[in-house]
Amino acid sequence: MPCIVAPMSIAQTFLGLLEGSPRHGYELKRLYDERFGQSRPLHYGQVYATLARLLKGGLIQVDGVEPGAGPERKRYAITAAGVTDVERWLNQPEKPDTYLQNTLYTKVVLSLLTGRNAADILDIQRAEHLRVMRELTRRKTTGDLADQLICDFALFHLEADLRWLEQTAARLDQLAATLRTPASRPDGNVP
Amino acid sequence: MTHPTTDDTDRPLLAATGLRKNYGATPALDGATLHVRAGEIVAVMGSSGSGKSTLLHCLAGIVQPDAGEVRYRGRTLSTMSDAERSALRRTDFGFVFQFGQLVPELTCLENVALPLRLSGVRRREAEQRAARWLARLEVSDVAGKRPGEVSGGQGQRVAVARALVTTPRVVFADEPTGALDSLNGEQVMRLLTEAARSTGAAVVLVTHEPRVAAYADREVVVRDGRTREILLAER
Repeated sequence: MPCIVAPMSIAQTFLGLLEGSPRHGYELKRLYDERFGQSRPLHYGQVYATLARLLKGGLIQVDGVEPGAGPERKRYAITAAGVTDVERWLNQPEKPDTYLQNTLYTKVVLSLLTGRNAADILDIQRAEHLRVMRELTRRKTTGDLADQLICDFALFHLEADLRWLEQTAARLDQLAATLRTPASRPDGNVP
Repeated sequence: MTHPTTDDTDRPLLAATGLRKNYGATPALDGATLHVRAGEIVAVMGSSGSGKSTLLHCLAGIVQPDAGEVRYRGRTLSTMSDAERSALRRTDFGFVFQFGQLVPELTCLENVALPLRLSGVRRREAEQRAARWLARLEVSDVAGKRPGEVSGGQGQRVAVARALVTTPRVVFADEPTGALDSLNGEQVMRLLTEAARSTGAAVVLVTHEPRVAAYADREVVVRDGRTREILLAER
């Protein structure tokens, strides 16, 4: 399952986690993986690259250095600029993804244009979507509240895809007819 | 009580083949085929008017198909007498409908005990078993209330308890979450599938909601009265 936090927000997520109290890099990774990483935990490389960027940007600072068994362990703390940054990020709405560049739509159109069975392509996709939905449902029914909410997020999106698959399957003949008449294509463009 | 499945592993528990059914000039089923193995949960999906509910009614022996046959544990339903089919529906089949269809004059406990009472179980034992099922469905608190006094989600859980109280081999669920909000629908599906799996009952689940179908082991799609089982692409 894809990670619920997009890679671009790892930095702000770290800032949010640091706002509670200063933490070491490994501690940030553990917290992140526990709460947000789910089936895709962070690599240590990502953790330290992100911390280096935040340090360079003045959004965090080194709060202390402790000797360990291996290399010294740095503890990081959020700065005032960091708090402002995470505050701005939290209040900024995420851009709703409209999925206008849709691979499935392209596959359907191409299969119709090349005389293939577009209904089969939709059915294959439908089966794959339901397979993933069954997996998520199993995970949800045995998981804790965090698991349930994360799985629900994915399930509702997959369900929206399935509605589109169903509607498209019901309109394939119409779409095929439209594609045979270039001037009346939905976008009005002649290929 | 759970049902042994060993005698059913090689052949389906319920097998419908080439079902055709017309309502007047309107075809509802046009050669539908469906096999259900013991203990499995099958989602029957399709848009409104696709024939999925008619298929369920034929499978349960409520509606007689015009052609084709339904076999339950090797016996053809259409060759049974009405009394035999009624007995089968009472003892081997359980039903959950979209709107519960509980008897409004009876309490929830009495509703759940009703199938047992109709099968000749004494009141005290029937109500004890009904109370255990209400507890399992997490609605013990509504036992003494009438269906009109409980929420939609509670009522539907009572309906699930009623469907399972006789430990049927097959539960037919026709849009069991259709009248519920998403959260209540999820609870009903979780409880229904957990209970069915624990007793070994098969479930034929008619739904148009993919999130509900995702509780099943597999799905069959009905389009224009025909069934289509979609297999995953080779990887």
